[in-house]
Amino acid sequence: MSQAQFAAALLDPDLAAPATVSAGHRSRFAIYRNNVAVSLIEALATRFPAVRRVVGEEFFAEAARLFVARHPPTSRRIAIYGEDFADFLERLPACAEIPYLGDLARLEAARTHAYHAADAAPLGPETLAVLSAESLADLRVTLHPAVAIIVSAHPIVTIWAMNTGEQPFANIDDWRDQAALISRPAIDVEVRILPPGGAAFLTALARATPLAEAAETAQLSAADFDLTLNLAALFSAGLVSHMSMPPEGTIR
Amino acid sequence: MSFASLPAEIGLGFKPQHFSDIAAAPAAVGFFEVHAENYFGAGGVPHRQLAALRRDYALSLHGVGLSIGGETRLDGHHLAALKALCARYEPESFSEHLAWASHNETYFNDLLPLPLNEATLKRVAAHVDELQAALQCRVLIENPASYLSFSDGTIAEPQFLAELAARTGCGRLLDINNVYVSAVNLGFDPKTYLDAFPLQWIGEIHLAGHSDATDAEGRTLLIDTHGAPIADPVFALYQWVLARTGPRPSLIERDNDVPAWPALVDEAAKAGEILEAARKAQSHQAA
Repeated sequence: MSQAQFAAALLDPDLAAPATVSAGHRSRFAIYRNNVAVSLIEALATRFPAVRRVVGEEFFAEAARLFVARHPPTSRRIAIYGEDFADFLERLPACAEIPYLGDLARLEAARTHAYHAADAAPLGPETLAVLSAESLADLRVTLHPAVAIIVSAHPIVTIWAMNTGEQPFANIDDWRDQAALISRPAIDVEVRILPPGGAAFLTALARATPLAEAAETAQLSAADFDLTLNLAALFSAGLVSHMSMPPEGTIR
Repeated sequence: MSFASLPAEIGLGFKPQHFSDIAAAPAAVGFFEVHAENYFGAGGVPHRQLAALRRDYALSLHGVGLSIGGETRLDGHHLAALKALCARYEPESFSEHLAWASHNETYFNDLLPLPLNEATLKRVAAHVDELQAALQCRVLIENPASYLSFSDGTIAEPQFLAELAARTGCGRLLDINNVYVSAVNLGFDPKTYLDAFPLQWIGEIHLAGHSDATDAEGRTLLIDTHGAPIADPVFALYQWVLARTGPRPSLIERDNDVPAWPALVDEAAKAGEILEAARKAQSHQAA
């Protein structure tokens, strides 16, 4: 038997079962085809419950079936299957009327990564007290391994919260862009809305940009960026696992 | 690393939703089993739970995705991840399946069937050698649930597994539900199969539920769903096997339609009665 032939027929119902399947059992090849599809659709349904809620079970299953056929897993970590599901949904013509669907999928995918991210003890709010104003400007931080940011042109955190039961359903009167912060300061994964400029600030910090420079970048992205608030949040929300400063006397 | 062995008691497959029940009151089970690939992430809740279980119970790591029967090379990253997991948790047992699950870059998330012949035996033996060398231990290989047969299959499954053990030194994980499911689906007598199976090398037994279906030709077809309580004929075969082997580490697998914790504990108690009866019978014989 060639597994290449078996493998191809698993994903393509138009291909016949491999010739070496016993004559009396050829119809049963469909069981494997079905098992593969069902288990992978289930994996996506588990990872993307809010997307499922938004589009409905039937549509989700159909979209997932298409995705599975075109993008079967390449990783054996089935918990993170669907890394490109967001992009796929955005390209799906039937999803065009739900412009936020891709970002919603990105947020859910980021939550899975945060759930499985490496453990690290976050630096607490007391950290700020020991830093002098001068040293603060040069401060470089390492964000906690679970931290992720999803920037959206839609109120993505509110939509996610309403479709996962975190928040009751209501009309979203104030439909505006939101940047989602995903983190895991203790055990549970948290999702919250970043304040103006917060996404630019954290993204810059993630690249090991010194704090003062990151604040300038944030200021450019949002005129109402509040450094004090964002700086406090870094440590009160457990977003930083390490920090470093250039040794004294270093010429910048 | 060299593994201690699992206790000859009833074990349960661990499901995260049962963690708080297990933490609240010590479970009357001899060991827990987890799917290794569910712990390939770096940290978070899964590892916190597994570390807590490991402290209090014997542990069996059960691989479902290495694709030992695959025509392509074993995935080096997968092997490395298994090795790291075994080093971290020092399980009493590591097991995998006589099946394939991936081809080239694609992973199918299912245990796929193999024609049992000399070419397959050579390939599977080489992969088991590679796995045992990587983990530095003897692994157990599980018999599959079959829905179809191949025209190029030339070796009966019990003989295939016996020969695999002889060539690699691997142990055997006897899944009694799989034997029953395959027997109904392929039309053989499960006791004939078990008679040909070298029962003395069984490191672990698996018990699980299946579902009833009908194939396109109207024949009964059993599906290995792990989604129902253990069926009576499987319990009967379990009793029959233990009468020949004495008590063995016996795991109840439940992966779909997972019930609340007390229902699994009840099922473990039911299987436990059969196990204890076998233990008594054995000590009786010895005395």
